[in-house]
Amino acid sequence: MKSILNKAVLTGSVFLFAFELSAQNGAASGSNIFIYTLVGIAVILFFGMLINVADNLIGIEAKQNNIDVEEGGLSFLPGLNHLFGGKAPSYTAGTPVTILKRGHDILLEGEANGNIENATTVTRVAVQPPNFLGLQPIPKLTVAVGDTVKAGDQIFFDKQMPDVAFVAPVSGEVIEVNRGAKRAITEVVILADKEQQHRQFDAPDAHTANRADLVNFLKESGAWALLRQRPYNTVPSPEVTPRDIFVSTFDTAPLAPDSNLIVAGQEAAFQQGVNVLARLTDGQVHLGLDGRGDTPPAAAFAQATNASKRYFKGKHPAGNVGIQIHHTAPVGGTDVVWTLGVQEVIALGKLFLTGQMDGTRVVALTGAELKTPKYVRTFAGANLSELLNGNFKQDNVRIISGDVLSGQQKGANSYLNFYDDQITVITEGDYFELFGWLLPLSPRPTISNTFPNFLFPDVKFDGDTNTHGEKRAFVVTNDYEQVMPMDIYTQQLMKSIVINDIERMEGLGILEVVEEDVALCEFVCVSKQPLQKILREGLETMREQV
Amino acid sequence: MKKALLNFFERIEPDKEKSPFLHTAYDAFFTFAFTPNEVTAQGVHIRDGMDLKRTMVHVVLALQLLYVFGTYNIGNQHFSALGMYPGVFEGFHLKLFYGLVKILPIFVVTHLVGLGIEFYYAAKKGHAVEEGFLVSGALIPLIMPPDIPMWILAISIAFAVIIGKEAFGGTGMNILNIALLARVFVFFAYPTYISGDEVWIAGIEKVGPGMYAGQEYGTVYGILDSIFGAFGWATFGEGQTAVVDGFTGATPLGLAAKGGWEAVTQYYTVDQMWWGNIPGSIGETPKPFILLGALFLIFTKVADWRIMVSAIVGFVACGLMINGIAPDTFGPETDGIFKFMAVPWYYHFYMGSFFFAMAFMATDPVTAASTPTGKWIYGFFIGFVGLIIRILNPAYPEGWMLAILFMNVFAPLIDHYVFEANVKRRAKRQAAIASARGEAATAQPAVTAE
Repeated sequence: MKSILNKAVLTGSVFLFAFELSAQNGAASGSNIFIYTLVGIAVILFFGMLINVADNLIGIEAKQNNIDVEEGGLSFLPGLNHLFGGKAPSYTAGTPVTILKRGHDILLEGEANGNIENATTVTRVAVQPPNFLGLQPIPKLTVAVGDTVKAGDQIFFDKQMPDVAFVAPVSGEVIEVNRGAKRAITEVVILADKEQQHRQFDAPDAHTANRADLVNFLKESGAWALLRQRPYNTVPSPEVTPRDIFVSTFDTAPLAPDSNLIVAGQEAAFQQGVNVLARLTDGQVHLGLDGRGDTPPAAAFAQATNASKRYFKGKHPAGNVGIQIHHTAPVGGTDVVWTLGVQEVIALGKLFLTGQMDGTRVVALTGAELKTPKYVRTFAGANLSELLNGNFKQDNVRIISGDVLSGQQKGANSYLNFYDDQITVITEGDYFELFGWLLPLSPRPTISNTFPNFLFPDVKFDGDTNTHGEKRAFVVTNDYEQVMPMDIYTQQLMKSIVINDIERMEGLGILEVVEEDVALCEFVCVSKQPLQKILREGLETMREQV
Repeated sequence: MKKALLNFFERIEPDKEKSPFLHTAYDAFFTFAFTPNEVTAQGVHIRDGMDLKRTMVHVVLALQLLYVFGTYNIGNQHFSALGMYPGVFEGFHLKLFYGLVKILPIFVVTHLVGLGIEFYYAAKKGHAVEEGFLVSGALIPLIMPPDIPMWILAISIAFAVIIGKEAFGGTGMNILNIALLARVFVFFAYPTYISGDEVWIAGIEKVGPGMYAGQEYGTVYGILDSIFGAFGWATFGEGQTAVVDGFTGATPLGLAAKGGWEAVTQYYTVDQMWWGNIPGSIGETPKPFILLGALFLIFTKVADWRIMVSAIVGFVACGLMINGIAPDTFGPETDGIFKFMAVPWYYHFYMGSFFFAMAFMATDPVTAASTPTGKWIYGFFIGFVGLIIRILNPAYPEGWMLAILFMNVFAPLIDHYVFEANVKRRAKRQAAIASARGEAATAQPAVTAE
């Protein structure tokens, strides 16, 4: 009610001002107009000042009486956020809320729903070294083809940090070691046992053990690979203590899995994971909570202890941890923070609760080309053809490990990426379209008002992989800014990366973003530029400098 | 049908090695007809339906009403100078076809020269033909006087495209607005064709000192006449009709520069100026159609509203300032410029091509400032500087072309400081966090000591 009144007052005064101006114009000419206008501005400034002073006095009075001015809407002059910021849902009361105006939700068909099924068809599981950024291309394998491993046994290590183990998610027999370009190891394939066996670890106490013991345990048990660091999104170096640790508890990407469903039944493990993380940083564990208002976040997130919480309201990419870091405590300079997904926190917690490395993950099988989109429980690195089991509507499809924005294209006989909890299947768009740039005959997702999409905000699209145009130089300047909820000039950042200007890249904030944060910009890009690829090149350049 | 067309295109595809130019032209027309079957690789898997062709074509769409009105208005101005067909719909077909005969050659020459150069450079550099000239080619005919000789038009476009764009690397790389560069070339190289009172109405010739008459209609009109005659409609006739008494041929701005608002209203009503029934460049006169186009561009987000709004703000600010320093009373000896300065700022909206420049020229994303903050500054100064040039420049009473080109040059500088501010803001924020952390680190042991 208060905010409506505020709006009315503001609009009224604008009209008054306009009326005053027009009244003066009718009679006067020449320098008279100038003087009248000056007087008009002076009058408005005077009253503005008066109101401002009154407003401040009210604020001081409210403070003395311990009344929250912001929440109570006491102030006479409304803040800009009050006027245009939109309303945070009621369940966020008492917790800070960040409302993000910019962004875009790409609505696609093929959302997974229902309960979590167990994937019984998966027999092969791979550990893929390229999933872990920052490693050398040829890691040192500690197993050979024919060896049997238990879940939690070491598979390989990186020569830069030899004491960090990368472990098997399942027990079984190592049946293949696949190599890619320049003999880099791409997949270590394990044929999973029917009855899973786990290597039993002796976990230290999460509350009392000292930090060095905890770190050593994480390195030995393979839990270190669950962590990723910002900047660069790499596996963190064990020598560096992170400033803070960030966990986003909701995913806004197209067709992303529902974290509330994932955490159901794993509440204790999640809390234990948070407890462990809190011991690993000098700062805080920050949980980003879903403040969009459709469904309140699960109690496991909203009532988690040992962590600082903040709600985020907005369209994609509000759920990206990079955006949340930017609006909580941005990284830059020599700062290092760690990030984890919800399932990684749960796996970490389970390790401390049971002493076993849990390689299972809940994965959402999504996309318009799947007959039955659903949730399944399977292993990190599960074989995709076994997991999807021919569940396609047609043959000309693209299988993506991850979401359609920042996922990776996969062949039929390849494996789910380690950090992904989603598989998307959409049509390959390899068709010619008659006058496609002028008269699109099929609906497609877009942020542009040149399509009639703005009339149908809730329509879901099939989506295909056609580029809808050819690559061009950067021309349009107002496309990225509509979807980038960070104080970063994306286009200029990309240009500075292309010309390899390291100082400029850092100044413009390259350390604050990774691929998923600019993915939406790449989606909307009118010039069809490969922003994620450019950004990764820039990040690699930066990493070499350090 | 789609399949047949695809097959046809496949059959006629020229060899890329043997004739790169033909292949480039083929590729341009093929991608015009069909969006290619390219799929995303790496990065995002689905792409927005918007591409550069669609962006550009929406500017062209926004200009269509101006083309229709501009064509009509060429004939309308011609006949009203001769005192014929005063009503809007009187002699409508004559006005329309008179305009068409004038504008079609301009349109064709513009595209032949401009696209020819684009195709040549695309073939030479081995990339696809880019869409930049779609918009430039649609804008250039609208900002030229209707009687511009074709050779001048051709030279100016060649200059603009080669020196202004291709020398800098093609679409997206130019510093100056291509359409305005073409016009400024005519302005400085052939000033008699684009200034003075005689150029803005088509087909009026000087027959003696201070004596004007309509042109002698040539063969083309003869052919049209025989068609019109068959229908029993009015015909062009022989031509060489004398102009009406009191004819000046001057634009409202030309009149205002000499005698202020009174001189303008002597010849033109406010309605006339608002609806565009006045002499001028082909597409600049109808304010409602320009504003419709501008609203279309703002709604589709093809052009940035910030530039348009801030240009108006700059315009008003400058108008108020100049009104403020103008004298209050005029004697018989007062110079025209003082009367021009005293024209109230809001009357300036009716005259000249401010709206056209603001909506279609200033908002060119390549040459404008690229940041939101930069756009506010850029637009403001276009409005401000443009009005200064319009009023205080003694030679030529209009300033948007020069103001926009001037601010084009400054746009990278404005952006530079906006980026610098971002860099500084980030550094400052980092320093603040670091110092806060330093305090926290020293504070923590104190707490545990308690």
